Amino acid sequence: MSNTKKTLVLHLGLLVVLFALQFVLPAYHHGNLARIMVLAAYAVGYNILFGYTGLLSLGHALFFAAGMYGMGLMINQFGAAPFPALIAGLLAGALVSLALGFLALRTEGVAFMIVTLMFAQAGYLTVLYFGTYTRGDEGFVIQQAERVLWCIDLSDPTNRYFAAFLIFGVSLLLTLRLVQTPFGRVLIAIRENEERARMLGYDVFAHKLAAVVLSGTISAMAGAGYGLLFGYVGASFASVQYSIFPLLWVLLGGAGTVLGPFVGTLFMFYLIDLSSGLTSAYMLIAGVVLVLLTLFAPQGLVGELRNRLWKELP
Amino acid sequence: MEFGPYLMLATLEGAVTAAVLALTAVGLSLVFGVMRVVNVAHGEFFMLGAVLAWWAAGLVGGHPALGFGLAILVVPILVGLIAVAADVTILKRIDYDPERTIVATIGILYIIQQLTLMTYGPEARPVEAPFNTRLALPWFEFADGRPQIYWPWGLSTTSYKLGVIGAAAAVLVGVWALMTHTRIGLLMRATQLDREMALAFGIPVERVYALVFGLGAGLAALAAVLIVPIQQAHYLMGGDPLLLSFIVVIIGGLGSLPGTVVAAILIGVSDGIISVFFSPTLAKILATLLVALVLVFRPQGLFGARRA
Amino acid sequence: MTKTKKPPLQPTRRDALKTLALGAGGAAAATSLPLWARYASAQSSEPIRVGFQVHRTGIGAAYGRWYDRTTMAAAKLINENGGINGRPVEIVAEDDGTDPKRGAEVVEKFATQHNCDIGFGTLFSHVVIGSAPRAGELKLPYFVVSEGHHVASGMLNRYTLQPGITDVKSQVQAMAPFVASNLGKKVTMIFPDFAFGHDHRDYFTAAIEAQGGEVLEHIAIPPTETSFTKYFPKIPRDTEVIYHVMVGPAVLTFVKELGEFFGPQRPEMFGFIDSLEAVDIGSPGLEFLEGTYFWEGNPRYAQADQSPYDAFFRERVGVDANGASVSDPKDVSTYAHMFGCWETLHVVKAGMEAAGYQGPSDRAKLIEAVEAMTDMAHSNAHPQGAKVFNGKTHQVFGHQYITKVTDGKLLLVHTTSIEDTLYPDEVDYTTQPL
Repeated sequence: MSNTKKTLVLHLGLLVVLFALQFVLPAYHHGNLARIMVLAAYAVGYNILFGYTGLLSLGHALFFAAGMYGMGLMINQFGAAPFPALIAGLLAGALVSLALGFLALRTEGVAFMIVTLMFAQAGYLTVLYFGTYTRGDEGFVIQQAERVLWCIDLSDPTNRYFAAFLIFGVSLLLTLRLVQTPFGRVLIAIRENEERARMLGYDVFAHKLAAVVLSGTISAMAGAGYGLLFGYVGASFASVQYSIFPLLWVLLGGAGTVLGPFVGTLFMFYLIDLSSGLTSAYMLIAGVVLVLLTLFAPQGLVGELRNRLWKELP
Repeated sequence: MEFGPYLMLATLEGAVTAAVLALTAVGLSLVFGVMRVVNVAHGEFFMLGAVLAWWAAGLVGGHPALGFGLAILVVPILVGLIAVAADVTILKRIDYDPERTIVATIGILYIIQQLTLMTYGPEARPVEAPFNTRLALPWFEFADGRPQIYWPWGLSTTSYKLGVIGAAAAVLVGVWALMTHTRIGLLMRATQLDREMALAFGIPVERVYALVFGLGAGLAALAAVLIVPIQQAHYLMGGDPLLLSFIVVIIGGLGSLPGTVVAAILIGVSDGIISVFFSPTLAKILATLLVALVLVFRPQGLFGARRA
Repeated sequence: MTKTKKPPLQPTRRDALKTLALGAGGAAAATSLPLWARYASAQSSEPIRVGFQVHRTGIGAAYGRWYDRTTMAAAKLINENGGINGRPVEIVAEDDGTDPKRGAEVVEKFATQHNCDIGFGTLFSHVVIGSAPRAGELKLPYFVVSEGHHVASGMLNRYTLQPGITDVKSQVQAMAPFVASNLGKKVTMIFPDFAFGHDHRDYFTAAIEAQGGEVLEHIAIPPTETSFTKYFPKIPRDTEVIYHVMVGPAVLTFVKELGEFFGPQRPEMFGFIDSLEAVDIGSPGLEFLEGTYFWEGNPRYAQADQSPYDAFFRERVGVDANGASVSDPKDVSTYAHMFGCWETLHVVKAGMEAAGYQGPSDRAKLIEAVEAMTDMAHSNAHPQGAKVFNGKTHQVFGHQYITKVTDGKLLLVHTTSIEDTLYPDEVDYTTQPL
């Protein structure tokens, strides 16, 4: 089997396992996995920019929230149906990431981190400022009746799981395909050596901008999906914490790997959930585990796997 | 309140914020400049400073100045030592790799927050200021064709707030003297310029790193001790100082001490002054965008040299 | 985190066996019971599991700590008095980090992992709103103690109820008559620029205008702000009353800076105690509050005419006459809110007993039983005062207290009637399917 085939089998395998799991998991973990898949799609989106293009953004909550509010406000303020609302969320994410990319890509390195951070902070405050429509920090509920997509009630556990599976599957396969396209290879070239990529005649700015928009739109899809599947839209999802989460998940799972974002998200979710069952000081456990991981698994979980066991893992 | 006095009040208040911010940011700038790592836990060292100040001030009775005096002497050193311990046990072992440092310092952040919650608790607690007198301030108006002094309603500050500005300025001058006129400052600057070269010249880079990490945390703790009589110690108070000082360091231009101070003043006073014209939240949004645009159009920061 | 606590049920099993032994002569009694009765008694000794969503970490932790203590005290009391339908109450606590996302996960955990009978105890509005949709979908009765207007506004669902604490809309509008007739008619409002503050802005402005007063200026403070003086010059010079409300860890700074801003010539001041909840009124810098007024959900200081119920409540929770912990006088409670946990748990008990609650299959019956409630008498179960429950809006209404800072203590000067707090229904949850 060639490498391409191997990786394809691996990723389709993961999707098959995730699809099959819904029939065996107990209710609690079934619900958790649906959540994790949507959040992992967010991490996958983040990884396109961070892992493959080498741009560290601290403002992705802006895109996640753009998708969530683009979708939520369409339903809440204009009574739209879920599908057009989802499209609105995606468009909002694409537009916001285009605008932010256009400005922020004038900078690089740490300045890029700060500019994205500050635009995201301005976005968070904007959500609060328009409290009349957004209900600020409290947020608003998307009622069960408003979450019926083509006669499919998305609040039903099975439907929700399947929708989350679709969101994750689409983003995963998109990334997998991306790495194999010439476009994806140019992004990796930019990450490795921007100057050389420029010398070779690639339009670095245009490629980076496209990566920001792609990454932002996938993040927005996750945000819109999260709001629609779990029925709540709130400003806490726009806060700086939610910009740091995908970075943490990707680093934990392994930056620049296709499976890393999912593994990192899964790991962090259950780290908090299980340690909170042991002690009220669960953040202490989480903190210690993070420190230990940086000491003993420097490339992230999937990254270590690749280093030690399977060199060809994408 | 009329325009003039309002502007003066907003500026004074901004100056207090800027003073504390400058200290915290200079601490971060040292770490970031010399060690090239993003220390996400920097705000937690700030928080530890405030919480330990509350603890130290409670150790001694009598005049509040005694407790505060003890806090300002002991707490920054204590926090500095904690930071040095974190440096040699964790950061050194991961070779100051930029990405791993982010995860590791997020881990340290969780650990410090949870330990503080378990020992100090979730309440916001005050420390009494060593001195605190309300000072009404005068303003001028033109009446009968000549300027006259009057005392506008609400235009005031406190002696302690002025004290904070003074103390912060003194410490900043001290840091500047340390960096430019001492041997250890020279070692730090040499390490900052070129780590490999510094190693080659026999500079104990690892020890310089530990020292810088401790000094940075100590400065953050000192800033917190100064602010805690105005704001209270709370276990989640580290978030804002981290973000703001991070922003200040980059806007000022990496490694530029004057740049850091100017940026701190810019950020400290901008939302206060803009709020003279707009509603507070809108002012904050505009101030944030304004500062971000500074960076968009001058990516190397205000005082940074553009690297080729 | 998960912490389960099983306070002893009284009379305990040992006592019961002793009684049996004395009355019917030993082991014969136990074996002589028919099979179904033994089964039923085994079934009924299973504890009622109350999923307690508590803010242990995050911004709500200071409140969470006292919500925890009050809930544990209430559960202990209920168990000492025979539990619910003869079954002990077991509190299953989970931290939600004061975060709406984690809050929703915790509600799922209660319903599908811990097999809780109900969810209970959430305070912060965004956590309630983030969690309630999941509670509704999982058909888990969700008793919140939040004082938000979210329940009565119709935003939530049939499974979410607030029977133990009044909502912000009724509190705010009940203050307007007192403010207008005693303090002044020209008001400037200072509030946090998020939903909780906007509720104050909207409902108080309308209510004071109905009293012939007006709001001169609305000053909305951005959340996460830590320094406030720069916004105070927006206060108009002819303000007669400052209406202030602030939440979060910076509240003490806010109130202190307000005092420093005005110096010796302050207008009348009326604040919501949220501005100083869990903060000692004797803290340095708060001297200027002397003579100012506060809304309190429940007076922090034991009043001269203290009811026996309030005395009982204080004793059981471990709060002294100054509203602080009996073990640490510096540990000031969130007295204006935490009674809600106590009262809600007693409503749950009354509801379960009225519904003949046996287990999760009776959850719908529990909702209907609580919806059928109306008057709640001032009693040990309702130490804050008498209340009226509105089954259609799922919201309780009650007396509100206005206290004045006198010699460093909050002394009661006015108690509103329940009628002052009523407003037209905005929803009828009973029309929704169960």
